Amino acid sequence: MAIAKRQFDAVVVGAGGSGLRAALQLSEANLKVAVLSKVFPTRSHTVAAQGGVAASLGNDGEDNWHWHMFDTVKGSDYLGDQDAIEFMCRKANEAVYELEHFGMPFDRTPDGKIYQRPFGGQTRNYGEGPVKRSCAAADRTGHAMLHTLYQRNVRAHTQFFVEWMALDLIRDQHGDVLGVVAMEMETGEVMILQAKATLLATGGAGRIYSASTNAFINTGDGLGMAARAGIPLEDMEFWQFHPTGVAGAGVLITEGVRGEGGFLLNKNGERFMERYAPTVKDLASRDVVSRAMATEIKEGRGAGKDGEYILLKLDHLGAEVIDKRLPGIREIAMKFANVDCTKDPIPVVPTCHYQMGGIPTNYHGQVYVNDGDGEKVVRGLYAAGECSCVSVHGANRLGTNSLLDLLVFGKSAAEQVIRDIGGDTAQKDLPADAADRPLARLARLDNATGGESVSEVGAEMRRTMQLHCGVFRFPDSLAEGERKMLAVAERVKNTFIKDKSKVFNTARIEALELDNLVETALSTMVSAHARQESRGSHDRSDFPDRDDAKWLKHTFWSKEGNKLSYKAVKLKPLTVETFQPKKRVY
Amino acid sequence: MRFSVYRYNPDADAEPRMQDYDIALEPTDRMLLDALVRIKEHDDSLSLRRSCREGVCGSDAMNINGRNGLACITKLADLKEPVVLRPLPGLPVIRDLIVDMSQFFKQYHSIKPYLQNDTPAPEKERLQSPEDREELNGLYECILCACCSTSCPSFWWNPDKFVGPAGLLQAYRFIADTRDEATNDRLDNLEDPYRLFRCHSIMNCVDVCPKGLNPTKAIGKIKDLMVKRTV
Amino acid sequence: MVNRIVVGAHYGLRDWLAQRVTAVIIGLYTFLSIGLLLTGPKIDFATWRLLFTPQWMKFATLLFLFSVFVHAWIGVRDIVMDYIKPTGLRLALYSVFIVALIVYAAWSVRILWGL
Repeated sequence: MAIAKRQFDAVVVGAGGSGLRAALQLSEANLKVAVLSKVFPTRSHTVAAQGGVAASLGNDGEDNWHWHMFDTVKGSDYLGDQDAIEFMCRKANEAVYELEHFGMPFDRTPDGKIYQRPFGGQTRNYGEGPVKRSCAAADRTGHAMLHTLYQRNVRAHTQFFVEWMALDLIRDQHGDVLGVVAMEMETGEVMILQAKATLLATGGAGRIYSASTNAFINTGDGLGMAARAGIPLEDMEFWQFHPTGVAGAGVLITEGVRGEGGFLLNKNGERFMERYAPTVKDLASRDVVSRAMATEIKEGRGAGKDGEYILLKLDHLGAEVIDKRLPGIREIAMKFANVDCTKDPIPVVPTCHYQMGGIPTNYHGQVYVNDGDGEKVVRGLYAAGECSCVSVHGANRLGTNSLLDLLVFGKSAAEQVIRDIGGDTAQKDLPADAADRPLARLARLDNATGGESVSEVGAEMRRTMQLHCGVFRFPDSLAEGERKMLAVAERVKNTFIKDKSKVFNTARIEALELDNLVETALSTMVSAHARQESRGSHDRSDFPDRDDAKWLKHTFWSKEGNKLSYKAVKLKPLTVETFQPKKRVY
Repeated sequence: MRFSVYRYNPDADAEPRMQDYDIALEPTDRMLLDALVRIKEHDDSLSLRRSCREGVCGSDAMNINGRNGLACITKLADLKEPVVLRPLPGLPVIRDLIVDMSQFFKQYHSIKPYLQNDTPAPEKERLQSPEDREELNGLYECILCACCSTSCPSFWWNPDKFVGPAGLLQAYRFIADTRDEATNDRLDNLEDPYRLFRCHSIMNCVDVCPKGLNPTKAIGKIKDLMVKRTV
Repeated sequence: MVNRIVVGAHYGLRDWLAQRVTAVIIGLYTFLSIGLLLTGPKIDFATWRLLFTPQWMKFATLLFLFSVFVHAWIGVRDIVMDYIKPTGLRLALYSVFIVALIVYAAWSVRILWGL
């Protein structure tokens, strides 16, 4: 079947923070760029980020990038690659100033500078106490950032393909990536978008869990595409559970609440974080706080009828501070928890929030394959943002480092694309079977007359992940989870949709998304089952300690054969001394 | 719970129809969007946009019992049965609850929604006092859900020429930003009997905005500035 | 044919302002008239004529009537702008309204000065 084809210098898949930052760089370099997005750009999930973006501006108290680097390395539980971390922390100030120049409406200090607030795990002088490093626009930093980046792209005349879903990567016989096959959701039309560079910025896949702060669109499309194209996924066992999702609803309550002075209470009214993290208390890093909360609940000190949640108290901040710094939180608490947070505490539970792992990239955004003797760059393929694993977040991401990640690596990936394309005007020849895989996937859905329900398979996947791969992980449970996920992966090959229409067929979109989710979920379960230690967000009951001798290494999961391989962590930074792994205490 | 939902699939239907659903909800289904997801589990052909499910992305705007709003932050308990759901009024329907928003975004783009400042940027941030920054509150929070513009009669009659409340709110967002240097161009751009002055202060926009913003007030401030520079 | 949307006629503010100013004049005159009628003697034809004898009253009334016409013109034009889309028909309607308003204006002058 002949399908339409268009050619570009670069195709960016995803129009969240990293996609838009990259697109901006590419457009301003006068490249012919196509940006694909399943939703109108300002609806991407970056919009839901609340607390801030980390940068050691030092606008309110001393700070520097080396402290930030230390915090990030320590926060990652030493699994982060220190070259990439140094790169990110050194670029942070520039990235934030740039954004301010683009028009980002940051809050301000009395002398007119960017307002900064404390955040979990961000400390002064290598762990001495909290530092104000998180640059914020009230509790709508992601919203303000995403809109600013979109606006700047409007100015740069970036070409958007809105409500287009990328289905699969095109790789030729050398393994080079030559673009994507995508579908226009409104018409169901399939098209080849050929490009000299393909940049994946598809975000996370938090929808593999039942309780998640993530949007419906966070289905790991980039991960699914990469996995199907034979690119192993890195460190997929590491998922961040955000301490404060609204109990029952999953909606995020920013860590900025604790940054502004809020704290957590158990049912006895005890500020229990003082026991778990004596120095920074409620501002310890997220894995630590989530584990402490889960422990409190497990040991019967949770609040609520069934002791199922923890209380987040912030009324002592006063209505004025709350309305000025945390207006969105007040709204969310009112709507989703029926609580006026200027009077009563908000019921919260640890909720799946962020994927530390992803498509393996170096700090130039180039995707690589770990092939035993090092990193082999996949020509033509780049990734940035949550879908990528650089890895700056290692085993646990610090709050506000994600917005920084997408600014810094969105830009650096685009700069690498510009370098790689150079003056080269020729497109490579497309293989004859360029669109075969996605067309076959679509044909299967179109022709199936019976099979598994998409919503039921999806629900089974989410239940399995929630039950077997949560905050605390147990060997038997992981083994059973892996068996169940393999069964789900079989079932997903046989999904069926009743709706066969071409016009805005969201049933088909959801079926295609489920393919991607299941790749992500399976890689997570398998990687988690194999890692026999506790590090960052990965907590094994049978191996309660971190094991640097055996496990100071990144996991790589290949779809082909459901296999794992490993690669040592890069402990050597670009210019400074290595931060040697130490016991992690907050 | 009973729902009556606007259905139209150009592939299959000659004309739009209303379809009734009577579905059993789970105790965890608190918002209208939860119910719609539940309906979709039974009838996968119902099409709607949705994403963040917490009222910040602006995807699931629709007409709920005659009033525009976001399904994800509309509580089921507050709705009268049967809940009548229609696509946003005044825009072409693509399918079911999905409307073609091109006209809406075209108007948004027409006000040049980006900071214009030709003065070379300093090494660090451009300074802005907290008071000046406060001017942007109530403006920058817009999520472009189109609840306001599609409830505005003036926008219904002239969607091609009237910028509409959402676009005008953003126009003022940049006029109000002390860092923006294009105020005069922005005012020129709006000084036309259609683009701004179709607003007759009907205030449906204020009434329906799910974020509690006030486009009419912003439009008033733009008019004030125009008078100020003319008189 | 290309259906270009053209906007940018720079009389938006002028007309909007004119409508506000005329509204104020109409309001003032109405208050004044009501005041006169309530406080003055019982109205018969003679006192009514007397009321409109001074030149200032004639001019005030003329100003009021002209304000009504301008106000009405902008209002009617706004309605036409919303509901009548074909340019030809719109222009024809505008012409009818303008002619009518000019006739009314002339008629007003005639009535007031008894020409």
